Amino acid sequence: MTSPLEQKKIRITGPSVVTANRTWDGVVIWRTASKGWSPELSDAAIVRTSDEARALLAESVADDVGAVGAYIAPVEVRDGGAVAPGNLREHIRSEGLTIGVAMPAQRQDHVRI
Amino acid sequence: MPLVKHGKISPDPFVHVADDAELPADSAVLISAARFLADPDALLRRPGKTGVIWPNSRDVDDLVPYLERLGAVALVFPTFRDGRAYSQARLLRERYGYRGELRATGQVLRDQFVFMLRAGFNAFEVKKDSDAAAFANTIKRYSVFYQPTGDGRVTALHRRMQQRHAESASL
Amino acid sequence: MYAYDEIDRTLINERVTEFRDQVKRRLSGELSEDEFKMLRLQNGVYLQLHAYMFRIAIPYGTLSSKQLRRLAHVARRYDRGYGHFTTRQNIQFNWIKLAELPDAMADLAEVGIHAMQTSGNNTRNVTSDQWAGVAPGEIEDPRIWSELLRQYTTLHPEFSFLPRKFKFAITASAHDRAAIKVHDVGLRLHKNEHGETGFEVLVGGGLGRTPFLGKSIKPFVHGHDLLSYVEAILRVYNQYGRRDNIYKARIKILVHELGAEKFAAEVEEEWRQMDKSALTLDDAAIEEIRSRFSYPAYETLPPMPEQLKKAAHDPQFEAWRKNSVFPHKVPGYAIVTLSLKPVGGPPGDATADQMDTVADLADKYSFGEIRVGHEQNLALPHVAKRDLPALWRALDGAGLATPNVNLITDIIACPGLDYCSLANARSIPIAQELTRRFANHDTANLIGRLHVNISGCINACGHHHVGHIGILGVEKNGEEFYQITIGGRADEHAELGNLIGPAVPYADVADVVEDIVEAYLALRARPDELFVDTVKRLGVEPFRERVYATR
Repeated sequence: MTSPLEQKKIRITGPSVVTANRTWDGVVIWRTASKGWSPELSDAAIVRTSDEARALLAESVADDVGAVGAYIAPVEVRDGGAVAPGNLREHIRSEGLTIGVAMPAQRQDHVRI
Repeated sequence: MPLVKHGKISPDPFVHVADDAELPADSAVLISAARFLADPDALLRRPGKTGVIWPNSRDVDDLVPYLERLGAVALVFPTFRDGRAYSQARLLRERYGYRGELRATGQVLRDQFVFMLRAGFNAFEVKKDSDAAAFANTIKRYSVFYQPTGDGRVTALHRRMQQRHAESASL
Repeated sequence: MYAYDEIDRTLINERVTEFRDQVKRRLSGELSEDEFKMLRLQNGVYLQLHAYMFRIAIPYGTLSSKQLRRLAHVARRYDRGYGHFTTRQNIQFNWIKLAELPDAMADLAEVGIHAMQTSGNNTRNVTSDQWAGVAPGEIEDPRIWSELLRQYTTLHPEFSFLPRKFKFAITASAHDRAAIKVHDVGLRLHKNEHGETGFEVLVGGGLGRTPFLGKSIKPFVHGHDLLSYVEAILRVYNQYGRRDNIYKARIKILVHELGAEKFAAEVEEEWRQMDKSALTLDDAAIEEIRSRFSYPAYETLPPMPEQLKKAAHDPQFEAWRKNSVFPHKVPGYAIVTLSLKPVGGPPGDATADQMDTVADLADKYSFGEIRVGHEQNLALPHVAKRDLPALWRALDGAGLATPNVNLITDIIACPGLDYCSLANARSIPIAQELTRRFANHDTANLIGRLHVNISGCINACGHHHVGHIGILGVEKNGEEFYQITIGGRADEHAELGNLIGPAVPYADVADVVEDIVEAYLALRARPDELFVDTVKRLGVEPFRERVYATR
């Protein structure tokens, strides 16, 4: 996904969270509603307007000791309130490498000798 | 902002004077290149020392005619990541033989002290008090230098050659 | 093998001590991330998607077995048991903790390994031909000069904050295995009419957003003048390279905007004014560095030993031998490439166990020396031919003998979106699928030499521009798409590839590559006409037609 590190204007188009990496060990973390960080996406504070997003990001970035590289990321809020990553990049950050996941089934007409 | 000279925090005889402010008659002043070049001879005749803050985006060539009479040359690191002043410093020291005060200004941080010294700076407007206090220790970080600059430190290659000569001399 | 002496080791240790202090000040908050970021980059520490990534320098791609074992140790102790070899002959670890990095660096320093300047806006690892010192027909060992350049550029006080990164590559063979034409400074070692060593200097090559091939600015710089001339180039770049826009800050842009002639004149003028006495190398200085490279005490061996004759009956051994074993300048010896591109595997990765195995095999069969190539494979540079069968059995057991070197499944790929925070799309799963599609050894051999390069974003760490088939990941509406180019080359005939058409979605990429290969097999003039030559002869059109006929 286009690197959010290149985000300039902050404008969100759906529910979003602030995510970063923990400074001392690089673990992926999300900003919580109680001005902290959690390694669980389910603990993330969800913002729904660009103003809220800006405010949450500003407060997160100010915590320079605990977290590094904070940015705004989209999420999906499913029925029942479960929060899921909102794009492939965030999916990889929260679930891990996709290596080993099979691509669509091979065509039958392989290269003929 | 503490000034470091001779390895420690020192009082600063120079005062930065903005372009639109009057120059104090006797004090040592640091003024912009634009202001200086508007009337260099008059400014250099002042009773107080005149130093110039040279922008990092401009060749030092235009400054060269005045080097012997200047009280100080201040170069600029707008951010510590902008390394143009290192080249300017080396040119002033090594090509043009400048011997006066060469001052680092801008975002001057602890982790660049060694580089700055090697490039020829001998005065530092240090951003953080803690960095200024750590100056003397910080410059002891490295004892090995691979490449020559005008600072006179023996390079690794030379040390090895000296060792070799010493070894073969003692054979 | 270059032997670090106490002076070299002292410097590395001083660097580790400095970084330990910097990490401490970062974790305490004394250093902000804005102040710390460039410092950690200058020690090879990136922040990636999941974690920090640590890029370790392997100067000119040469490692001792002791060093490789220590890399395995770092993989186990500080990471997740594997490492990734890069397109610049370095190694990367993907899960390392910042707080533990100083300890990892100290462990590496003990064996003369460092991570100085593997990132940041400074001069990076000086890469070279992974067959340096052993390739037949090589003029002289380019690693001597790489080491001279490495020392000269390490912690250079004037050039540690350049407008952007700066990469050198050196070749000393007619066939350029170091891709010098796509480096900021490419050096072609050759001799003048007096038999003196010098370099043709190319400047301004590079891939990324605006790819360029390097321009020759001086046909011959005498070896004695190499460092002073490089200093002139760096000084011109440091002062005049653009700093207003990071996408226009490489030296290639300066060379392009000034024009090669004017740029060459600026360098020449700076060089003329320079007091070169301190930087001029004399023969004694060059000899000093050369003397610290040790070369094996080769035996006098027959070109066709009994062991090889016997093993020729084994078709699997023969398949590997014909693919992965290359001529050595010393009779009776061979250069062996170890493929890190197993079917279904991420290209260029090795587990800690594999690293230990290779180290042991290097001790047994290669005078303790290993090489790392920019194609993300390893090599054992000094193998006696009589040892090839035994070596093969051991490599095969460790999964390091896939006979696909230089074939379509010998893919060069960046880590891509699975790891990298700069990426737009994934690259490794594409590579994995391609290795599965073309896993059949006979098919791959039928196709012949074909370099596939995959980059997950325009930064082009996979060198897709110079791939015979280049694949570039882009993003369209939140989906992964891939632009395909063909006809690129990285060697002495370097060329940038040409786009065949609109980007295709993730699920189609392997099919598209199959279509391209089918077109090639149908169109090639002879079985031994390489893919890249067929493209050169016919252009992009017939391939475009084939691929987009049904898309």
